Amino acid sequence: MGLLDRLDNPYETGGIILGTLEDILNWGRSKSDWYLHFGLACCAIEFMSMNASHFDFMRFGIIPRATPRQADFIMITGTVTLKMAERIKVLWEQMAEPKYCISVGSCANSGGPYWQYGYHVLKGVDRIIPVHVYVPGCPPRPEAMEEGMMKLQSLIDRQAIFRKREKLAENENLIKSNKM
Amino acid sequence: MTTRKILDIDFSRIDTDRMRLNVGPQHPSTHGVLRLEVELDGEVVTNVIPHIGYLHRCFEKIAENMNYQQVIPYVDRMDYISSMNNELPYVIAVEKLLGLKVPEKVEYIRVIMAELNRIANHQIAIATFGLDAGAFTPFLYLFRDREYILWIFEKATGGRLLFNYFWVGGLANDVYPTFKEDVLNIVKQVRKTNKDIEELLIYNKIFIDRTANIGVLPADVAINYGCSGPMLRGSGVPFDLRKAEPYSIYDRFDFEIPVGKGEVGTVGDCWDRNIVRMREIEQSCRIIEQAIAQMPDTGDVQSAIPKKVRPPKGEVYFRCENPKGELGFYIISDGKDKPYRVKGRAPSFVNLSVLPEISRGYLFADLIVILGSIDIVLGEIDR
Repeated sequence: MGLLDRLDNPYETGGIILGTLEDILNWGRSKSDWYLHFGLACCAIEFMSMNASHFDFMRFGIIPRATPRQADFIMITGTVTLKMAERIKVLWEQMAEPKYCISVGSCANSGGPYWQYGYHVLKGVDRIIPVHVYVPGCPPRPEAMEEGMMKLQSLIDRQAIFRKREKLAENENLIKSNKM
Repeated sequence: MTTRKILDIDFSRIDTDRMRLNVGPQHPSTHGVLRLEVELDGEVVTNVIPHIGYLHRCFEKIAENMNYQQVIPYVDRMDYISSMNNELPYVIAVEKLLGLKVPEKVEYIRVIMAELNRIANHQIAIATFGLDAGAFTPFLYLFRDREYILWIFEKATGGRLLFNYFWVGGLANDVYPTFKEDVLNIVKQVRKTNKDIEELLIYNKIFIDRTANIGVLPADVAINYGCSGPMLRGSGVPFDLRKAEPYSIYDRFDFEIPVGKGEVGTVGDCWDRNIVRMREIEQSCRIIEQAIAQMPDTGDVQSAIPKKVRPPKGEVYFRCENPKGELGFYIISDGKDKPYRVKGRAPSFVNLSVLPEISRGYLFADLIVILGSIDIVLGEIDR
């Protein structure tokens, strides 16, 4: 669902692509997301695998950033304890808009194996920061994380910048007709 | 020619304020969510206070609420890089409480899996240590090889990272038919990459300059702090639980204990700790080859699994040689199907406690290298 798909033969007419400003901005944003280099627990090891040879996360156009000020999205990879929750909230607030969050693994989604007796574990990171994409698994495979990344990209592709209300209704229709 | 004017100032007599710097909990080189409160005099580290607890997942409290088999997945999540090695002491401890004897084939598969996971763990340790010292290429090579090991785990157990494979009295399932050939291929590949890594990283001039004579841990300090694993052996103490008190079937294999000898610097520096890991990979390959040769083909891996695990009243402490050091489980049973108390003795926690001792007086950039050479996992420190 990129900008190029809108035209039948984008390269035949001299490489000129016509589109709305919104489309171009979204296209640029979704293809060059920088993420906050940040790992919490077991899922972070799979996240490291994803950055390494076999899976090569960087082909999505992303670069790890060590500071939240330069990051576009954050991946919560692991168990969020109450002590760490405060810091994650601070990190999230330090990030510049527009910002996105991917919750990776069942611990970050809902508390996971620590849901029942984990007196010290936050039951889902969505209780403190908004989450855009959830990736299930304990830990998820690197392929699953890549799928999550692609979902985030398609989400950014169709986000509304100018005509928010109309765009929202359009997206809802797409979701209803199972096209998204 | 210009003559340099030499200032007549004794810099050691200038008194400056100490700076307090927080490293982490969100920092790429703290290997997780560790916070280091560093006291700096200029660029020189005068004191380090590690603050832990950002990944406290209440393993010991959860173990009180679960029955003996249900604890195994949580044991996996303690040191999530080497889950097989974590399961081994817990499972053997419960078997000791029950007085169980497991079949031969189970013992061999357990040893092979544990040693494979030791290789995977050391590969991560060396890769991230290289990252801390500024080398990115070895990371890619080592993670490529680790992925091959994970494929074997995935074929045999179904999981890539956390397995729940060792059960009390046996295994979750038997290995697949071409297991032996796959493992031998891996051993070949690991040896080949080890040679590459030695050229790329270990004997690289820049790497030696970054790590030799840095973070020197003398043998007596290591013993006093209770360090174990490559930390202790890097200081020249040949202590390995697989040799000192052989558990499982480790007494049947012929292998050596690599120790740090101070080849490029002082005994017990960061380079020594790293080379011990390199050489342990080779020793693990030797153990795996012998185990594959001796392993019986037939046998039921689930024949000794008890229907109900209800050990008699008593307590047991069992320790194993984890890739990071001595991992022990102290289990108290009160005769019910749930353990009364499970205490884990985590090697990373003890090894981290020596960090202030060995990083005082070095530069701040060296602190990151020293921390990398300890090879900690926060899941195990905080539990």
